[in-house]
Amino acid sequence: MDALEKFRAETREWLEANCPASMRTPMKDGEEPWGGRNAVWKNPDSKVWMERMAERGWTAPTWPKEYGGGGLSKEENMVLQQELRRIHARTPLMSFGLWMLGPALLEFANEEQKKEHIPPIVRGEIRWCQGYSEPGAGSDLAGLQTKCEDKGDHYLVNGQKIWTSYADKADWIFCLVRTDTSKKHEGISFLLIDMDQPGVEARPISMISGASPFCETFLTDAKAPKKNLVGELNKGWTIAKRLLQHERAMISGMGLGGGGGAGPGIEQAAKDYIGEENGRIADPSVRDKIVRQKMDSQAFALTMRRSAEEAKAGQGPGAASSMFKYYGTELNKRRYELLLEVMGIQGLGWEGEGFSEDELTTTRAWLRSKGNSIEGGTSEVQLNVIAKRVLELPE
Amino acid sequence: MALVLNEEQALLKETAEQFFQEKVPVANFRKLRDSKDENGYDTAVWREIANLGFAGIMVPEQYGGTDFGPVGLGLVLEQAGRTLAATPLISTVLLAGSAIQHGGTSAQRQKYLPLIASGEIVMALALEEGAHHNPCAIATKAEAAGDNFKITGKKVFVLDGHVADVLIVAARTSGGPKDTSGITLFLVDTKNTDGLKITRTHMADHRNAAIVEFDGVSVPAANVLGSVDGGWDVLEPALDIGRIGIAAETLGLIQQVFETTVDYLKERKQFGKVIGSFQALQHRAAELFCEVELCRSVVLEALSAVEERRNDVPKLASLAKARLAEASRLITNEGLQMHGGIGMTDEYDVGLFMKRARVAAATLGDANFHRNRYAELDDY
Repeated sequence: MDALEKFRAETREWLEANCPASMRTPMKDGEEPWGGRNAVWKNPDSKVWMERMAERGWTAPTWPKEYGGGGLSKEENMVLQQELRRIHARTPLMSFGLWMLGPALLEFANEEQKKEHIPPIVRGEIRWCQGYSEPGAGSDLAGLQTKCEDKGDHYLVNGQKIWTSYADKADWIFCLVRTDTSKKHEGISFLLIDMDQPGVEARPISMISGASPFCETFLTDAKAPKKNLVGELNKGWTIAKRLLQHERAMISGMGLGGGGGAGPGIEQAAKDYIGEENGRIADPSVRDKIVRQKMDSQAFALTMRRSAEEAKAGQGPGAASSMFKYYGTELNKRRYELLLEVMGIQGLGWEGEGFSEDELTTTRAWLRSKGNSIEGGTSEVQLNVIAKRVLELPE
Repeated sequence: MALVLNEEQALLKETAEQFFQEKVPVANFRKLRDSKDENGYDTAVWREIANLGFAGIMVPEQYGGTDFGPVGLGLVLEQAGRTLAATPLISTVLLAGSAIQHGGTSAQRQKYLPLIASGEIVMALALEEGAHHNPCAIATKAEAAGDNFKITGKKVFVLDGHVADVLIVAARTSGGPKDTSGITLFLVDTKNTDGLKITRTHMADHRNAAIVEFDGVSVPAANVLGSVDGGWDVLEPALDIGRIGIAAETLGLIQQVFETTVDYLKERKQFGKVIGSFQALQHRAAELFCEVELCRSVVLEALSAVEERRNDVPKLASLAKARLAEASRLITNEGLQMHGGIGMTDEYDVGLFMKRARVAAATLGDANFHRNRYAELDDY
């Protein structure tokens, strides 16, 4: 048996023994394992599962062992993911620390910062949020004004962040702050701030979907020790951009609707809600829209795969990758519009009697999807990026 | 599963690119058109294509081919699409070649495949009967008469029909007008055949097509390709290869138009600046970029599926054909518009690409046909 197969056998055995039965079922609303100081464990198994995985570093399987990661090679991680899928295991930990901040810290932070901040991310002890956008700095993110002053042994921060996902539930915030007002991009720094202090207040914003995942975050004489500055002073924009790449990659995958196809069963939904004739969706115009959606989705999935293969073949991130955020989010929005069209009034319920849980969820998800082409860089900004960086069209 | 070219394929692509750019530029196509060339394709160029091994690219080595595979042929077609090179590649190599290779008796393979590989024969598929691709709606009849069949009917839009040495004719031997069973394919010699009338038609893309009429044309039973009544089993896979091939050609075409258009946006000045600096045009160009990238992925995947003999070839053929038909309409329309008045002139190439794009889109099924088929294959 070669080393990889041995790893597979051991992994399988360990998972059999350690993944609780309820963690092998689809995720339920409210059971998402976000971790953090104020973690809520609706299902106690979620906590057990997260802690067991974290102990092996398998919440961050490829991160270095010295910072609490799993230290797995790419191949080993592939095996681990396959084995997790095999038993339909839930993700043990959801976290902006894992998806966004961690990779940036590994690349830009100093040794002391890595030792302080990465292990608690891996263990799900600290929940992070992202302090980027401001009321006056949306698409023009580099126009941000949150003031950061050097007070000798610490920084003093004053300003307001907005669209801070789950700030009301987070423990720490990674922030873009202005440390030089005489320059734009070169006056921005990347600062880590503990939110457990009087100067930080997060207020949830009610969204059109009825949920409040985003907050306004007010920083009023908030303090951060100077060691919390990541990278050099006024060089935060480089880190910010890299982090945005991780964020955009995360969002563009949504267009595939989880199932990897055009979204799970939109054609079946059409048969159910509209009816069928001789095995075909009864309304030919809806049927044609569904085919278009599915074709677009398959073409997009193939392009993501081609881009990954090109990267693996050492051809670098191909030009195609610049379209993922734009196309993936627009595709996801179209998918929900079509799904709603297919469901008729059953897709337009808000709450209560007369609608199934799935139907109500779809309505809310349709509304939520509108944000995909705004957050993490609007579609218009993405088109600018393609035009300027890829096609090299002039200013 | 590879969507990335291997070293051999990359080399082939380079060879093909160089060949078509140098030997068969758009000027070559214009000359054929302007001189009303009788053949409608450059026979000297076709010989060179055969000498490079491109005509035998899908033919097994034992029949004199190079057996380089469908991905290789796709690369050649893509480069041909960039320069509007008119060749019998689609009629002879893709359609006839694959039909004979998969459905032919060993005698038929021995006879035709080496001639295809060496570029010594032109063959054409006589299939369509109406304004739209509808491969099982065949009214042309073939009736058994002793050891022969007698074919009666009319075929239209027969690619390379007037220059073909041999036709593959789809005729009905039984069944109703839309049944897939009851179709039989026949190899019909175009020389010295009584009752056969071939009329060249002139399409907007200035490529070869013909009307072929059969008035009791007698064909020996030995010329049946595949089985009597079972022609569909040979025809459908050959059509899919043809569809993917046309998608590959169209991929070259849209890239050429897109690149030319982006170059133009960087040159043309109005209001004191290059028009490519206007956001209204930048965003449209970026949208076209996304389309080209998606098209590249579907064409490569479809070619790989043929190469790996996968069972999702029909679905991918329809995906590629539909996507490229729609994308080529969008990109040639936008390309022309962004060129402004100059795009409307015959002197400028963008109009030629637009005309070719529309004929290619209608060949072997347009986007509507293939969307319907894609859904049927998934049973909805």
